Amino acid sequence: MENLVEIRDLRITFAGAIDVVPGLDLNIPAGKTLCLVGESGCGKSVTAKAILQVIDHPGRVSGGSINLRRPDGSVLDIAKEKPTSSVMRQVRGGDIAMIHQEPMSFLSPLYTIGNQISEALMLHRQVSETEARAEGIKMLEEVGMPDPARRYDSYTFQLSGGQRQRAMIAMALINKPRLLIADEPTTALDVTTQANILDLLGELQRETGMVVLFITHDLGVVAEIADEVAVMYLGRIVERAPVKELLENPKHPYTKGLLASMPRLDGDFKAPLKAIPGMVPPPALRPAGCSFHPRCEWARKDMCGHVAVLDTDLGQGHMVACHAYGPQAHKFDRVSRVSEVVSPVQGRARAAGKPLLSIKNLHKHFPIRAGFFHRQVGAVRAVNDISLDVFPGETLGLVGESGCGKSTLGQTLVGLHRADSGAVQFDNVDVRAARGENAKKLRTDIRMVFQDPTGSLNPRMRVRDIIGEVLQVNGNHSRAEIEDKVQDLLARVGLSPDYAERYPHAFSGGQRQRIAIARALASDPKLVIADEAVSALDVSVQTQIINMMKALQAEMGLTYIFVSHDLGVIANISDRVAVMYAGRIVELGETDQIFRNPRHPYTEALLAAIPGRGARKSGPRIRLTGHVPDTSAPLQGCAFADRCPYALEACRRIQPTLKGAAGHLDACIRSDELRMQPVAPKHTTVPA
Amino acid sequence: MSTFDETTGLVSPVAKTHQRGRGFDGHWALVWQKFRRHRLGVAGGIVVILAYLVAAIPEFLAPVTLEAYNPAYSYAPPQPLHLGRDDGTGWTFGPHVNAYKSEIDYNSGRRTFVEDETQPIYLGFFVEGESYNLLGFIPTNRHLFGPVIEGQPFFLFGADRLGRDILSRTIHGTRISMTIGLIGVALSLVFGILIGGISGLFGGVTDNVIQRFIEFIQSVPAIPLWIGLAAAIPASVPPLQVYFLITIILSVLGWTSLARVVRGRFLAMRNEDFVKAARLDGCGPVRIIFRHMLPSFLSHIIATVSLAIPGMILAETALSYLGIGLRTPIVSWGVLLQEAQNVRTIASAPWLLLPGVAVVIAVLALNFLGDGLRDAADPYAD
Amino acid sequence: MGSFMIRRILYAIPALIAVSLISFLVIAIPPGDYVTRLAEMSAAAGDVMPIAEQEALRKAYGLDLPVMVQYWNWISGVVLRGDFGFSFSFNLPVKDVIWPRLGLTIVLSVASLLFIWVVAIPIGIYSAVRRYSAGDYLATFLGFLGLAVPNFLLALAAMYIAFAWFGVNVGGLFSPEYVEAPWSWGRFVDLLGHLWLPMIVLGTAGTASVIRVIRANLLDELHKPYVTAARAKGKGEFALLMKYPVRHALNPFVSGQNDIFVDIVSGGTIVAIVMGLQTTGPLLLDALRTQDMYMASSFILMLSVLVVIGTLLSDLLLAWLDPRIRYQQG
Repeated sequence: MENLVEIRDLRITFAGAIDVVPGLDLNIPAGKTLCLVGESGCGKSVTAKAILQVIDHPGRVSGGSINLRRPDGSVLDIAKEKPTSSVMRQVRGGDIAMIHQEPMSFLSPLYTIGNQISEALMLHRQVSETEARAEGIKMLEEVGMPDPARRYDSYTFQLSGGQRQRAMIAMALINKPRLLIADEPTTALDVTTQANILDLLGELQRETGMVVLFITHDLGVVAEIADEVAVMYLGRIVERAPVKELLENPKHPYTKGLLASMPRLDGDFKAPLKAIPGMVPPPALRPAGCSFHPRCEWARKDMCGHVAVLDTDLGQGHMVACHAYGPQAHKFDRVSRVSEVVSPVQGRARAAGKPLLSIKNLHKHFPIRAGFFHRQVGAVRAVNDISLDVFPGETLGLVGESGCGKSTLGQTLVGLHRADSGAVQFDNVDVRAARGENAKKLRTDIRMVFQDPTGSLNPRMRVRDIIGEVLQVNGNHSRAEIEDKVQDLLARVGLSPDYAERYPHAFSGGQRQRIAIARALASDPKLVIADEAVSALDVSVQTQIINMMKALQAEMGLTYIFVSHDLGVIANISDRVAVMYAGRIVELGETDQIFRNPRHPYTEALLAAIPGRGARKSGPRIRLTGHVPDTSAPLQGCAFADRCPYALEACRRIQPTLKGAAGHLDACIRSDELRMQPVAPKHTTVPA
Repeated sequence: MSTFDETTGLVSPVAKTHQRGRGFDGHWALVWQKFRRHRLGVAGGIVVILAYLVAAIPEFLAPVTLEAYNPAYSYAPPQPLHLGRDDGTGWTFGPHVNAYKSEIDYNSGRRTFVEDETQPIYLGFFVEGESYNLLGFIPTNRHLFGPVIEGQPFFLFGADRLGRDILSRTIHGTRISMTIGLIGVALSLVFGILIGGISGLFGGVTDNVIQRFIEFIQSVPAIPLWIGLAAAIPASVPPLQVYFLITIILSVLGWTSLARVVRGRFLAMRNEDFVKAARLDGCGPVRIIFRHMLPSFLSHIIATVSLAIPGMILAETALSYLGIGLRTPIVSWGVLLQEAQNVRTIASAPWLLLPGVAVVIAVLALNFLGDGLRDAADPYAD
Repeated sequence: MGSFMIRRILYAIPALIAVSLISFLVIAIPPGDYVTRLAEMSAAAGDVMPIAEQEALRKAYGLDLPVMVQYWNWISGVVLRGDFGFSFSFNLPVKDVIWPRLGLTIVLSVASLLFIWVVAIPIGIYSAVRRYSAGDYLATFLGFLGLAVPNFLLALAAMYIAFAWFGVNVGGLFSPEYVEAPWSWGRFVDLLGHLWLPMIVLGTAGTASVIRVIRANLLDELHKPYVTAARAKGKGEFALLMKYPVRHALNPFVSGQNDIFVDIVSGGTIVAIVMGLQTTGPLLLDALRTQDMYMASSFILMLSVLVVIGTLLSDLLLAWLDPRIRYQQG
């Protein structure tokens, strides 16, 4: 088989001392999509940049070779070229093009996208402005940009996230490169937009036969788009195989770990997840021997910590770099421990009876102000007439795309925003009218965990004071009591009690989130609102935190409202799920009902968009076009009607109400006559 | 909780922080560590500390008092410093300057000074001189250095029109020049924090009005307005009051940039998650401001202040030079530079510009210091 | 863009009104007026001016009216008839004195601004691109020095050097024979011959700060993702530098130009006094000293108007340069 690029012993060094990539071998085969997978800090992006020689200072390629087959058949060693050489300039954008995670920051806001697209063309071909414009518009059309001739003259800030990513893809593809490097191109997008972009990339790859090197941390995306997969850990490929083989028959303990920590949507949603312990160490502290051994459950002290690992070819294109498959394989039993997580949180049937929190017709509108005197000229209806009960001991998942109002709802409940109208009752206290003792009770009973564990901890305070502040401020607690409580909480969240003396900057992201959770629990709350609490974390750390939160819930009898855009996480942790769209709840029910028997077309579309769960590359699929409506504009009828494949004329007139039976409610006037597709149809590619 | 034991996970971040104090270092320790690496900033800081030391005890450091003058030495050039002398029998150590013989050139009507090798004026440390009160209350007559025999002419930086020692006067001027910046900035800071804080805290229309007002003040050319205000001070006002009026005039226009910094920080801080978390903890506004917000931008304010002082010093110098700022008997560097009013005077006695060197050094040092502080103010960014 | 421009111009009107009020009140409110000063001067000459005579003079000059009435009379004259009032000490209408002076002030200020751009932009770019090189250190050091030397000291030093080393007296904007002469080609050339030194003196501090601003902004921009993206398209380094980082760094630079211009107009006053330039500075100082009220107020007013116009221009330039401002606010 022919390879387009062959990387041998590639070494990438930062600041002249630290090898981020210590010697990488990777072949990029012609005509296929190769996925490069791993947690952040594994060197995926920097490897991609090395292929283009665009690594930022102070990093540089310090050894090895990157052999690229040019169109004329000659072979160019990119690693030997100066980054500024004219050959490299031809290669960049001509032979190899790249798209990135954040099109907003990778496109300049000062030039129109047309300018930036045609620039890419004119750098490599002698064309006139008019020709470049025509080609650019044609390219935009090919990548599915609506109204391409007009969008050509738009600036990035005038486009939606998906449109920006399409513009960036058009810019990369305009010279018909033979290799497209896609660095997490869908990570920053909503799940429905992600599905559209993945479809587009798949189509383009099939049509043009170009090679795609797709970098991602999400195995669902891998299942969706890859032909072959290479798993990377600390700058080296630890396993490589065709996609089906890798997902169904993983060999390396790291690959197995990544798969096990991913929430599953086939089989039992709530099956406990198994986390890889620890986190990716910084390259400067790369462990000797096999880099993965400190986190590996198979590791044998006598060899994995000393002996360098060799690649083992298992045949049929399956390669693994692990001692357990090498010459010493007989010393390993290769048995994975069963997930030892927590008493299964099942059977905790929803407490019928009195809700802990009861929300009636809640509204939260943000005024839009303009002009010299800041007159109000409109309002964003972030939370628009929401009614909801939360019962003691349950976890309610709030899910929806960005801008749907799920975070605002959580923040309003906890008191960060003042609701405009409606009623909220918590444990016999009227939340909106609470003063004095009642307000104090609410403060200590309803607590919140924020998304960003760095921003939510005051860098000027010690961990003890951060966790203990709620006790200092509310009620008379002696220093000793607070100290005891802090020690107890640190132990509960899996941190050493002597960390109380330290400042937040000493901790990793996962540890900071543990501290933030300890702070939320300091006042022995009844209800904890977790606002995207695991979204900023790497998959293995995310799983550790999810498992910990489940265990704490069982121990302390907590009720959770779990806000997340990640359907897998929601399915795993929630007892019930509320799906939000444009400030309203469109469907509410038990997790099984929502995922197995969705009744609202929007829920169906969300489920269909989850990567890796759908029928792969075959048949028509449910895909949403357009984007979330502007909630500042007064809207008649169903907010989803414009994007809904089932919408009737009546949908645009009648405002649907949330109705249904047996706790399964939906807001669709056609839900009784329609039959929605559930998640995880039979032919799934993600293993059981 | 052994399930969540993540021994390996804990090893790496803690080991990483090992070099930076294992995470036990608080904010100011981190700021100091970062500032220490900024060599120009540290050098500037040392010079600034020395300058304020000079401002505290100029009477001790200057060879003579402000009042001393010697008409015979009018416009005497700086005396060269000799480390020792050869009196024919061999070279002996003994730092000295030579007395001047002066002659009047009757063609040009100018006085010229020639070193008189036969009259060495020996110099020493901790010599006796005119008496004064150190720090205002310790009577003494010792001076850090000067002629061993009290009263001998000693003009290391030359003399002015009345035969006054420019070195001594520059040292004395340090007090006013360095403090006027400090007091002016302190006043600005009060205005700035108050108004900027109100703007940032209340937001909305209040903020909008204050911002328009600040923009307006910033768009008025400062120096003509300063000149206008300073010129309005009647000649009959006593010098000390002039000093305070000038500081007020300088800070009337100087507070705006500080107010903007404070406001910007308040607004940014208000939306920080940890401030929201403190609100959820039940912290009242006072606790949030003083325990969570203020500590977070105090270092930024200190840096801004140290960058605002030079502006004040330059403005005072300019006003005094024009004769509408401070006036004698109060002595600042600007007042001293008044002597250098026209090119002909400067051409015949360029040493009159030496107080200007003090201005440059002080401003340079404060700028370096402020730069270093600004870089160190946020030690968490890499 | 059109509505943005109109709104921005409308915003300037309250600023202009406020400026005119301040210009007038700063002069009018403090105790003492031109008559007091006259009385003091004649008293110093041993000649006591009778109170009645003082009052009569006040009446004649309109100084006995309430301050706001005086303001209204003055400003309505300025706006409606271009009449800036009467200069007591010159015994001439202020407008006859002010326009030539103001013209030269504008010439000098704009020349200094151009000087700053021509010198500072390339040095700033060089300094950022060749960070930590010898040239960068030199530029940084000179930048700090330029900020630390007061304008007037630099003016004195420059004049001293020219006088002591080259034997030329460089004060003023014209050679003696052209000071009072009407405009001619010779006078223009003579002006250019004299303009360069005050231009450099006045531009030094601005040059220093612009170098620092450009360097800092550019360092921020040099490693932005869109630079990597453009490099990955195959763009050459120099073209890349100019099209993306430099162009992006230009926006904060342009919004900072307003402050630079304020400083030039402001600092120009002092430099003009020291160097004896025929701009507004020296006359303003004299007018303040002699309490020549309308003259002083008019000078402060017109300098402020100059700055307000400068602000307006820099805002419009910024909107023209930055589509985000154009499309989101306009």
